[in-house]
Amino acid sequence: MDHTLYAGATHACLGCAESSWYDLQDMSVTPLPAEEVRRIASLAHLALTDEEVGLFGRQLAEILEYVRQIQSVDTAGVIPMSHASAAGYERPDTPHEPLPRLEALKNAPEAAPEAGLFKVPRVMA
Amino acid sequence: MSAPGPVIHTRDLVARGERTAEAVTRAALDAVTRQEPALGAYTAVATERALAQAVAVDQARARGEALGPLAGVPIAVKDNISTQGVPTTGGSKILAGYVPPFDATVMARLAAAGAVLVGKTNCDEFAMGSSTENSAYGVTANPWALDRAPGGSSGGSAATVAARAVPASLGSDTGGSIRQPAAFCGIVGLKPTYGRVSRYGLLAYASSLDQIGPFAITVEDAAAVLAVIAGHDGHDATSSAQPVPAWTNDGDARGLRIGVPRAFIEGVDAAVAQAFEQSLSVWRDRGATIVDIALPNAPLAIPVYYLIATAEASSNLARYDGARYGYRTTVTAKDTLRDMYERTRDEGFGAEVKRRIMLGTYVLSAGYYDAYYLKAQQVRAKVRDDYAAAFATVDVVATPTTPTPAFKLGEKTADPLQMYLADIFTVSANLAGVPALSLPCGFSPDGLPIGCQLTAAMWDEAALIRAGAAFQQATEWHLRAPAAVSA
Repeated sequence: MDHTLYAGATHACLGCAESSWYDLQDMSVTPLPAEEVRRIASLAHLALTDEEVGLFGRQLAEILEYVRQIQSVDTAGVIPMSHASAAGYERPDTPHEPLPRLEALKNAPEAAPEAGLFKVPRVMA
Repeated sequence: MSAPGPVIHTRDLVARGERTAEAVTRAALDAVTRQEPALGAYTAVATERALAQAVAVDQARARGEALGPLAGVPIAVKDNISTQGVPTTGGSKILAGYVPPFDATVMARLAAAGAVLVGKTNCDEFAMGSSTENSAYGVTANPWALDRAPGGSSGGSAATVAARAVPASLGSDTGGSIRQPAAFCGIVGLKPTYGRVSRYGLLAYASSLDQIGPFAITVEDAAAVLAVIAGHDGHDATSSAQPVPAWTNDGDARGLRIGVPRAFIEGVDAAVAQAFEQSLSVWRDRGATIVDIALPNAPLAIPVYYLIATAEASSNLARYDGARYGYRTTVTAKDTLRDMYERTRDEGFGAEVKRRIMLGTYVLSAGYYDAYYLKAQQVRAKVRDDYAAAFATVDVVATPTTPTPAFKLGEKTADPLQMYLADIFTVSANLAGVPALSLPCGFSPDGLPIGCQLTAAMWDEAALIRAGAAFQQATEWHLRAPAAVSA
C-alpha cells in the first residue's frame, strides 16, 4: 500500500522505521489571513482576541494542509455517507407533556419566571 | 471458568443479601473520595443521589421485590451525559452551574436496572480531546503513572474503573474516546454499533459518530452494562429498532476468524507490537484462525474524521449562547444580543473547542463545502466499504487500540495534530458505525498497560464479546490493578 496516504507526503510516514507516529515534521504553511479568521469567527459567533486570531490562523492552516490529502482520493461515483444508520425511524405523532416552563427557566442566567421568559440584552444596537 | 468481574460479583452479592447496596455504595464513595486528590477523575460526586438509590434497592429487596440486573452496582458516568439534579458540564466552563432537569435515556435505564450513580467523571471539553487535559475542571491522572494521561476524552471514567473505585462506568466515543482511555488505563471499553444505544441526553459533539458505551474490568461485565443501556428509544431518531440479543459468552474462540490489517498497523511502538502479536497467539491457541486483510482507506480516517466531526460540532455547539443555561459574559448597557453571544462563547469555550468550531465553520462555508466536507463524506463511504468487504471473510478485525502506551501529561497539548494522531486505530469504527472493543493485552517494559482492539460488523457486538471473553479466560492482564492508588 501507499504509506504516504497515512499522513500525507509532508508528514510522518507509517511504516518508515525512522519516524515515530507522532513526529510530524515542521510544516511551513502560510497562516490563514487575519481577516479570513475573523470572517469565520463571525460566522461562528466567537469574539476572538487578537492573540487567538494569530494562533488559529496558523493552526487552521496546518490542519487544512494535513486534511488536504483526501483530495487525491478517487471518489468518482461514490455516494457521500452522511450517517451510519441504515434507516430513519418515525415515531407515532402522539402528544406528550413538555418540560414545565419553570423547570426550563431554572438554569437561565437571567429570566422573568412570572412572564415565563428568558431575558437577553437588546437585539438592536 | 474465570471468576466473575466486579459488576456481576457485586450484583450477585447484593441479590443474595450478603452485602447491602448501601454498604457497597458507601465503600465506592469512600474509594472515590480517597483517590480523588491523586486522580482528579470526577467533576461531581453524587453522594445524595447515590445513597438514595442504594437505599431504594435495599428496601425493594427487603420487600421481596425482583431486583434489576444491575441492582446495587455503583457506576460512574461521564460528565457529558445528562443527570437529573446532578451538575452536567461536559468539562466546559460554558455549562458551569448547569443542572439538567431530566435524565439521559441511559441514566433512566441504569436507574431502572438498580444501578447506583456515584458521580460524574472528568472529560475533555465536550468530548474533544484524547487526554482529558482539555477540561475546564482540571486534569485527570492515569492511575498506573500519575504523570501520564489517562487518555480521553472519557479519561475520568476510565481512571476510576482502573483504580477499582467503581465496578463500571459510562463514556462516550466519537473517535475513540472510550477505547483509547480503556487501553491507556488497562481496562475494557466498548463502543457499541452506531444506533445501538440512545444518545438522548448526551451533550452532542458529532451526532453521526457519537455513541455511549461502558467501561469495565471484564468483557462480560461490559456486556452486562451494555445489555441494560442498549435498545430502541423514541427520544433518539437514530436509535435502532434492532433487537438486543442476550449477550452470553461461552469463552470459546474455536472457528473464530480474526482479520489483521498488516499494512495499517506497521510502525507502532515495539512493546505494543509485541503485546499485539502475543495476543494473536492466544486467540490462535483457543482455536481462532488469523488471516491477513486490507483496509486500504483506513489511514485516511483521521483527516476524514477531523472534517466531519468539526463540521457537525460547529453546528451542535451553536446552542451554547448564554441565553438559556450555563455561563453568560458580563453584560453592560451598551451590549447587544450579538455582543453577548460572541463574548459568552469566546470566554466560555476552551481553545480546542474553539479550534474545532472554527475548522468546522470553515469547511462548511461557501466555497469550501465540496472540497472538504462533501469529499470527506465520500471517503467516509470508502472507509465503511473496506470494513464491509473485510467482514465478508472474517468475524472480527484486530489491531492495537493505540500506537503507543499512555503519553505524558502536557506532552501533546501544544500540537493539536499530534494529539489527533493518537486516534489513528480508533476513528475508522466511528466513521463506519461498526462496534469495537478495547481490552488489556499486555504491559510495556515500564509498566504501562497496552490495549488490543477488536472491531466487528454492524450489530455484531456478540462477536466482540465472544472473542474478548475467550481472551480473558486465557489471560490475566485484566486482573492487574495499579499500585499507586489501590485501596
